[in-house]
Amino acid sequence: MALAEPRPPAGMAILPVLRDALAAGFVALALALPMIGFETVDVSGGGLGLETRFGAVAVAVVTVMVGRIALSLIAHGAAVPVLAVSVTVTGFALYRAIGGDTVSGLVGVAAAVLSIRAAIAAWRGLPWPADARLVVPPAVVGLRRALPAAFLALALVFPFLPFVDQRVLDIAILVLTYVMLGWGLNIVVGLAGLLDLGYVAFYAVGAYTFGILADSAGFSFWMALPLGGLLAALFGILLGFPVLRLRGDYLAIVTLGFGEIIRIVLLNWYEVTGGPNGISSIPRPSFFGMPFRASANEGETTFADFFGLEFSPMHRVIFLYFIILAMALVVNAFTRRIRRMPVGRAWEALREDEIACRSLGINPTNTKLSAFAIGAGFAGFAGCFFAARQGFISPESFTFIESAVILAIVVLGGMGSQLGIVLAAIVLIGLPEFLRELNQFRMLAFGAGMVGIMVWRPLGLLAHREPTIRLHPPRGTESRGAEGRGAEGRGAGQ
Amino acid sequence: MTALLTVEHLTMRFGGLTAVDDLSFTAAAREITAIIGPNGAGKTTVFNCLTGFYKPTVGRLTLAHDGGTYLLEQLDGHCIAKDAKVARTFQNIRLFARMTVLENLIVAQHNRLMRASGYTLLGLFGHPRYARAEKEAVELARHWLERTRLTDLADWEAGNLPYGAQRRLEIARAMCTRPTLLCLDEPAAGLNPRESGELNHLLQAIRDEDGVGVLLIEHDMSVVMQISDHVVVLDYGRRIADGPPEAVRNDPAVIRAYLGEEEDEELPPEIVADLGGTP
Repeated sequence: MALAEPRPPAGMAILPVLRDALAAGFVALALALPMIGFETVDVSGGGLGLETRFGAVAVAVVTVMVGRIALSLIAHGAAVPVLAVSVTVTGFALYRAIGGDTVSGLVGVAAAVLSIRAAIAAWRGLPWPADARLVVPPAVVGLRRALPAAFLALALVFPFLPFVDQRVLDIAILVLTYVMLGWGLNIVVGLAGLLDLGYVAFYAVGAYTFGILADSAGFSFWMALPLGGLLAALFGILLGFPVLRLRGDYLAIVTLGFGEIIRIVLLNWYEVTGGPNGISSIPRPSFFGMPFRASANEGETTFADFFGLEFSPMHRVIFLYFIILAMALVVNAFTRRIRRMPVGRAWEALREDEIACRSLGINPTNTKLSAFAIGAGFAGFAGCFFAARQGFISPESFTFIESAVILAIVVLGGMGSQLGIVLAAIVLIGLPEFLRELNQFRMLAFGAGMVGIMVWRPLGLLAHREPTIRLHPPRGTESRGAEGRGAEGRGAGQ
Repeated sequence: MTALLTVEHLTMRFGGLTAVDDLSFTAAAREITAIIGPNGAGKTTVFNCLTGFYKPTVGRLTLAHDGGTYLLEQLDGHCIAKDAKVARTFQNIRLFARMTVLENLIVAQHNRLMRASGYTLLGLFGHPRYARAEKEAVELARHWLERTRLTDLADWEAGNLPYGAQRRLEIARAMCTRPTLLCLDEPAAGLNPRESGELNHLLQAIRDEDGVGVLLIEHDMSVVMQISDHVVVLDYGRRIADGPPEAVRNDPAVIRAYLGEEEDEELPPEIVADLGGTP
């Protein structure tokens, strides 16, 4: 296993390679002896005993040494034979691992890592023309263009796919909620560059607007939806005013505090918000006044009756799925349009340089407040939806970790990239739900995934920025023209 | 000659430090006025007062043109560019680095486009007036791209441009705000002789063809002496000379400020050459 990048030596000398491998083996031995060499076991009659596993230690040390020699060989240009051998070893070891041999499995993983390294080296070693690697092949360009459309098509037929049951659809709704929140926060963080750590506060305002109005005044989802958005936008302006002069870390701290204030008010204003008990029995959205129920109340027609369908609880879930899909697509279409409006360009300019903005006659106050208000408004809409879906809300749902996750989606997706946010939401929200089988290792896998993305894609999954306007038509296969194109959520909303 | 900008008794104090001390001068329309002086003389402070980044301690800054008369010291920072039509560039370039060259120039026309888009509402629903205004904005941008030889780089990210091109883009961006007074803070800094020669032509064209008054801070004497109509010399925040370039060049106070008090009157020949005279 690779401990560090081997220094490429000048010529192929056996002695330094062996010495290098021995050193690596020694380090491996020192590490493996305490970590692998001893195992604690329950001794019958209570208490712990130690068992030694020196065989496994020997395997680990030999694996590291062989791997180190192989890395040296790759550095000397022998990538192809190393690739062949390591792939064979991978296959063989993983085959034995299926039979229940853990040590073989670990050797197989090491060999797989080595295969990848060798494959990359072999790929780089191929006799390319000087600038071939900079040119994006037309097929890739076409794929990038088609990707958002494919996503949209998949999203539209998703509920009717054969393998989609209620659990999968519930996860899809959750992912879409976070996509919408991510797209909303993207306006504030990605476009206007205002680091907001309290975004979940506006989500809460939207949810409680619907909850309280439904509870006290009998509002339906569709009546409360615009009010929830408006009220959240108002709160966005309310937050915006005191933080106008703040930037970066200072802004983050104040918004963080604002998020907590909202949560604590919800927790303690018992008469209105129900405190920690929350608000329950929030009405579900209806389809043009037709509820999704097995039997109709007086003077009502249920959705299933009207369309002559047999009642199924799936109808309601599918309906909820399409509501959140439509809401998310509206946010996307709005963002894509407003980026081409003067205010959208002013947001991006403000992110780049506020002083230059002022010297060009752009009013920073209005520009910032509009970003806060619009971003907050979208969170309010999402909050209304959340309340309607859950039927129950409490301050528990609006903790800081929610803000952090939404921000992580925006950052990991690549600041400002619409499609990147979709991918990040799937990775960050969808995968952990599917990985529930991993139990306590779930959050570990989540953390490892985040670290991995930041190591390999430090600017996010899709970090390209599509210009809002062009003077020259983009040149497809020319490298400079290909920079930063197609990656933005082109077509995702239309 | 009509006074475009009148600065009267401008004083700017930072705590105990008086950066600009009772400075008065005028800058005429369709003229290039240069402000020169040794490092720390207060030149950039004057600019920051003019463009609203500082509120002057004392003084009156009057800008008068066809559109009206404005007291700059009373306007909000962004209104100076929006209403009084004063545009500026910065000593350390401040472009929108991750936006393209063209976008930089479109952002500069923000207020005009904002009105055309009905403060976003009409534009959002695809009103033709916004499409038309955007087209005009692109045409103005294209005009300035051609004037600054940046047309081929229009779709590049501004941060990726070579240094000289970034300097030119900053001037193009300031001109896209359709100013009446253009304030340039060391536009020739870091340019090679060929580039600063080009800059001279560009600034002369801005003065003669576009009829814009130019206020210039510059250390490069070849630029100052060749193109300015009027030179104001600052030292320790005070005006020590004011007049046409030839007069200022030979002013003993100016020579003293730049070179210190010398016992022998003879200047080293290379310094005389730098000041534009013949040794």
